[in-house]
Amino acid sequence: MRIAIIYDVIRWEEKDLVRAIRELGHTPILLHVTSFFLDPNSKPPEVDVAINRCVSHSRAVASAIFYEEKGIPVINSAHTLIVTGDKLYTTMKLVSHNIPTPRTLFAFTKDTAIKAAEKLGYPVVIKPIIGSWGRLIAKAYDRDTLESIIEHREYMHNPQYKIHYIQEYINKPGRDLRIFAIGDKVPLGIYRVSQYWKTNTALGGKAVCAKLNEEIVELTLKAAKAVGGGVLGVDIFEDPERGYLVDEVNGVTEYKNTVRVCGKDVSKMIVNYVVEVARK
Amino acid sequence: MPMKLQCPLCGGEVEVPDDVLPGEIIEHEDCGAQLEVYKDSNGNFALRIAENIGEDWGE
Repeated sequence: MRIAIIYDVIRWEEKDLVRAIRELGHTPILLHVTSFFLDPNSKPPEVDVAINRCVSHSRAVASAIFYEEKGIPVINSAHTLIVTGDKLYTTMKLVSHNIPTPRTLFAFTKDTAIKAAEKLGYPVVIKPIIGSWGRLIAKAYDRDTLESIIEHREYMHNPQYKIHYIQEYINKPGRDLRIFAIGDKVPLGIYRVSQYWKTNTALGGKAVCAKLNEEIVELTLKAAKAVGGGVLGVDIFEDPERGYLVDEVNGVTEYKNTVRVCGKDVSKMIVNYVVEVARK
Repeated sequence: MPMKLQCPLCGGEVEVPDDVLPGEIIEHEDCGAQLEVYKDSNGNFALRIAENIGEDWGE
């Protein structure tokens, strides 16, 4: 089978996918989307399926739309990427599918954001609806801090920073979970251990292979399905009182550290899954 | 056999392994530039200054 990788910057994962595609007897076709232009009237590339791995969310969505409309199955789909690339949209999908999440409110102005924070109770976490790797996620301990954060956001050029995503602060036990859904399987996951409240491995969180239980598997599958399905990294908090809460879902999930600590071949799992999708 | 490409920043020669892939980021040892490998409109490997991390970058 001819399997395309749609990408912009090559990370460890994209190189490892090339290896896995070859080792499983398929042919990798590299679509480095910043090396060429896309023509809606062109003949589609001769590939059976494509894996979207763009590090830029905007390019991921644009290229997924392009290749899907050319008739190529793309994983993840444009729909899944649009949902997971927007924290507000993700939360709406999780809540509408009755998946437990941290209590979250949205506000479009400073005044309503302050009211939302008062309703939740301080401290609150304020996030931009776009972005990743923990970037620009802030904790406001009181109204003064929140006002300062929002004032900064109001002077930022991108209007999406003015959609305030305000979430209750969850007192995590020094870790959270990143669990992987690959189609309808949940093969592995990690704890991201950190004394810092943001546990992103990009910010120094330490990966430890997690032991999965039935509840985690079920919740991960539900969350993956809610956002449209595919290959997903589901972030789960352990709330001391309410149990597992799904915080976010990642649509172009990184797994280098997971492979390192769990010793499983995630790239081959992904390739086997996309082959299954292409054969349907 | 490594390829020899031109650094877009200092104009010097950059040695690039022959199994390099478009999208790889390499550092030019002479001037310290972070460079991205890409294929130009003729399908030849070339180098350009690597993009900074964008606000929409991530997973």
